[in-house]
Amino acid sequence: MTNDEIRAFLEEAIKDNSVMLFMKGTPDQPACGFSMRTSAALNSLGVKYAALDILPDPRIRQELSAISEWPTIPQLFVDGKLVGGCDIVTEMYETGELADLLGVEQPDDEPEAPVHGGAGDQQPASSPPLGIENRLS
Amino acid sequence: MPTADELKTRIEEAIPGAQAQVEDLTGGGDHFRAEVVSERFDGLSRIDQHKLIYDVFGDEVGGPIHALSLKTSTPGGTP
Repeated sequence: MTNDEIRAFLEEAIKDNSVMLFMKGTPDQPACGFSMRTSAALNSLGVKYAALDILPDPRIRQELSAISEWPTIPQLFVDGKLVGGCDIVTEMYETGELADLLGVEQPDDEPEAPVHGGAGDQQPASSPPLGIENRLS
Repeated sequence: MPTADELKTRIEEAIPGAQAQVEDLTGGGDHFRAEVVSERFDGLSRIDQHKLIYDVFGDEVGGPIHALSLKTSTPGGTP
């Protein structure tokens, strides 16, 4: 897979998924505290989102940062637009802006609270991570 | 290896009038948290406020500066 193909894949992922999280590791097994906090905020809002692990190939991060002009991981995109990394997402979660942006109700519990087995009608939210690693081989 | 003081100086020099508080989170010189107050942030989205700070350090963020956690605000308060 060439760098251009990786970039095209990333651009497509951002376009095709209204809530798209690029992270280190996966929502179930985050590989970094910042990625963990960001996916936890989305989990506790009960929104469906796509997640892509950037770790399998260093070029993923390189091309992603070139697209977003944002140097660090995680990066959350909503409707094709960069919302921010862990700091901004956490801050927006706490103020309720993230819930507004995503069109969901702000839950009472903290972002760290587990979704599974928690508040009654909430569904565990994360969808399976996109398998870019398969496409890279 | 950058120090918290060095980051503070560089932010304040790059954004005249800005006041920065920088903390070395681990003592290892690679995980920092910066709180920056500046009038320059007025009217900018959070993304653009943070980009102003990231731009001060360029490729160093993600390199020698492994993590730079940011909180930005204007003198009048958080927009």
